[in-house]
Amino acid sequence: MSKLLIKGGRVLDPAQGLDKSCDILVEDGRIAAIEANIDAAGVETIDASGRLVTPGLVDIHVHLRDPGLEYKEDIVSGTQAAVAGGFTAVACMPNTKPVNDSLAVTRYILDKAATEGHCRVFPIASITKGLAGDSLAELGELREAGCYAASDDGKPVASSEMMRRAMEYARPFDMTIVSHAEDLELVGAGVMNEGPVATELGLKGIPWVAEDAATARDIMLAELTGCHLHVAHVSTKGSVELVRQAKQRGVNVTCEATPHHFTLTDEAVRGYNTNAKMNPPLRSEQDRLAICAGLADGTIDAIATDHAPHHLDEKNVEFNIAMNGIVGLETALPLTLQLVRDGVIDLTRAIELLTSGPARCLGLPVGRLEVGAAADITLIDPEQQWTVAADQLHSKSKNSPFVGWSLQGGAVCTIVGGRVAFART
Amino acid sequence: MVSAETVILDQAGVGRALTRIAHEILERNKGSDQLVLVGIRSGGDLLAAELNRRIAEIEGEGVPLGTVDITMYRDDLAARGSLPVGKTEIPFQLDGKQVILVDDVLFTGRTIRSAMDALMDFGRPSSIQLAVLIDRGHRELPIRADFVGRNVPTARAEKIDVQFDEQSVPREVRLIKP
Amino acid sequence: MAFGHKHILGIEQLSREDIQLILDTGDAFKEINSRDIKKVPTLRGKTIVNAFFEASTRTRLSFEIAGKRLSADTVNIAGSTSSVVKGETLEDTAKNIEAMAPDIIVIRHGHSGAPHYLAERVGCSIVNAGDGAHEHPSQALLDLMTIREHKGTIEGLEVAIVGDITHSRVARSDIYALTRMGARVRLAGPGTMIPPGIEKLGNVVVCRNMLDAIDNADVVMMLRIQLERQSKTLLPSLREYARFYGLNPKNIKLAKADAIVMHPGPMNRGVEISSYVADGVQNVILDQVANGVAVRMALLYLVSGVEAMETQQG
Repeated sequence: MSKLLIKGGRVLDPAQGLDKSCDILVEDGRIAAIEANIDAAGVETIDASGRLVTPGLVDIHVHLRDPGLEYKEDIVSGTQAAVAGGFTAVACMPNTKPVNDSLAVTRYILDKAATEGHCRVFPIASITKGLAGDSLAELGELREAGCYAASDDGKPVASSEMMRRAMEYARPFDMTIVSHAEDLELVGAGVMNEGPVATELGLKGIPWVAEDAATARDIMLAELTGCHLHVAHVSTKGSVELVRQAKQRGVNVTCEATPHHFTLTDEAVRGYNTNAKMNPPLRSEQDRLAICAGLADGTIDAIATDHAPHHLDEKNVEFNIAMNGIVGLETALPLTLQLVRDGVIDLTRAIELLTSGPARCLGLPVGRLEVGAAADITLIDPEQQWTVAADQLHSKSKNSPFVGWSLQGGAVCTIVGGRVAFART
Repeated sequence: MVSAETVILDQAGVGRALTRIAHEILERNKGSDQLVLVGIRSGGDLLAAELNRRIAEIEGEGVPLGTVDITMYRDDLAARGSLPVGKTEIPFQLDGKQVILVDDVLFTGRTIRSAMDALMDFGRPSSIQLAVLIDRGHRELPIRADFVGRNVPTARAEKIDVQFDEQSVPREVRLIKP
Repeated sequence: MAFGHKHILGIEQLSREDIQLILDTGDAFKEINSRDIKKVPTLRGKTIVNAFFEASTRTRLSFEIAGKRLSADTVNIAGSTSSVVKGETLEDTAKNIEAMAPDIIVIRHGHSGAPHYLAERVGCSIVNAGDGAHEHPSQALLDLMTIREHKGTIEGLEVAIVGDITHSRVARSDIYALTRMGARVRLAGPGTMIPPGIEKLGNVVVCRNMLDAIDNADVVMMLRIQLERQSKTLLPSLREYARFYGLNPKNIKLAKADAIVMHPGPMNRGVEISSYVADGVQNVILDQVANGVAVRMALLYLVSGVEAMETQQG
């Protein structure tokens, strides 16, 4: 019987209102006790003094690129990056090659994650076969196989009829539909946020209304169907407001925001920085502030990274033809803690947004420190100062706009199912 | 560091030198018939205008007067970067003319080389003669002046400064020791 | 004053003094173009590669003549903007060119920011000859030179720019250049062709219609409508465009009596400009073309000095 004692930390579990100095005893991969001064002589002990001890962080929006795009990332490297960033569970998007629209791909992901991965992986199924938008994937079987949610992430479900039917079909399976809200016609050939910076740089803009219009449609469809809708990566003031209003009238909707959207604005694109190119694009300061407000008032339920690894060759090109997306697993925690230092949210809320918040969005059975629950635990040093260096990222890809940034706070030890999956040396 | 300055030619001295040069030019070229003056910017152009005044006093009228900016013909772009380019104004034909090229100080000869290249681009003069107010030696090219106001032996690091007043009339020439 | 820019990526980076120096240098070089022997040895031994990844006749020709009149060896390469078609990245193309040791690469590219991209990756000077909808600095400089010739100064002038502002790199460069030199700029164009935030580029007013823009203007700049680029959602028809945004003998009367009419070319006669205006006494369009050579000579000369000094010191 393997045992592990985490001693002397500040144990913080927002889901249970737990915030006190105590010890956690882990036995056989499960939490056996959360008490002050657990006396367990001879048990392997981790000194957690000065550390925050939280439920393992959960990222519900990750592109692991496996199968098929392993030159960008794979399940091994992606989960390695996850645990290095303090995450013990990630939900991976289905836009792989082949697309995760079948039992076979879901099983492949789960098997590989179980045997070679460093953290839990929850595959997200595609809504439509091949992400093509014209016929439903076998959502029932995919749900059975372990897909808690479905999404055509990377692109929207363009047809309103298709989205309606997907929600109707998913609802009885208790499956969350994750919306990548974007009106492609309004996006056109846009490559960054529409506004003064795009005008100055001579780059085609993507207007906020491309996101808001699609968000509004999907919220109304959720209202119609009663399906749980989760809106991925909200980036505009309008989207936040739409979700806020929908929640007020009782619509079954949740949403997430990314660290880059609450940290950066389209000013970061200046100099044609392809690591500031993502979809949805970095928006205006007004939008950024609206996201911060949404994080604070509960409109936004989760922080999710939209970790999108791309090979150097796909970013080291002209801005127009560079791929969308950045890696985020290893910088999300310090960027979230920065919100606490900036007074946007308090520490409990920050941890909630990274643990039980995201777990609730997709209905994942993780994100809590409870006796009897799987021992997914993250130890955080909130004071640690470090500089983001490309060659020290665990992800295969280094496409981060935060390379060179000085950040504060990070995971020092990440425990998945009672096993130390990552320890900062 | 204190630098020592000596006046080596005062206003009267400059005037006498220019008058003498004007006479020499006319004598050597047997009048002003085919004569044109081209001054090198900046300094030589002002002296050329002064010379032309004296030629007019002697001959009754002046000769065509042009200026040449040699920046485009320099050979030291790498050492000195892109110096401001001045205008070259030669509003007359050079073909068959006896060109008097005028500069204030003759030093390495490189400026004169550049100026001659420039003149050749404007036409085919029958001759080019060189008039300078000061010849300070240290030639790097086989060039000599036809008319010299004053020969001044100098050390390489010294400087010659030809000063003009507000009316662009030469006032004095100073030798500046480093 | 010394010129400190190794690259000319856009007017945005240039100060008023820089622009002044470029224009003065252009004035001095202009004289060469009227000589019998139109060549000076200034850039003898320098190699200039004109890398045009987007079709262009006059800009490429103008840069080529500018280089040749300064005795540089100019080489032209043409290519497609699409790296898929080329099968090679822009960086690889540039590194290959660089391996042949040119001193300046003049680049025209369909993607905004391509010259910045190169400047970060190669050692020689980069001169932007037009990138996407971003900037076309040499065009704006020749426009200024032409305006200065006709008006004596740029300070205090009222300049109207009419047409497709959204897709125009000329408009952006002109806005920077004109406002930096103290002119006031008024813009007009179809609602679909006025980009958001354009007024943040300088001292710019967006007018509701063309008549307000050209009213009492000293300079009227007409932009080219890119016939091939217009999708049906931007304009109903060229006929309607000509009616509301075309310069004709009637509406030009709103401008000052001595106003000059400019166009970056090539013109669509009968669309953005009527032939009666295009061939009228107020047009300075061919002066623009002539000044283009002089101002490009100035640019090549000025960046060469910076590049040469850097090479020698390095």
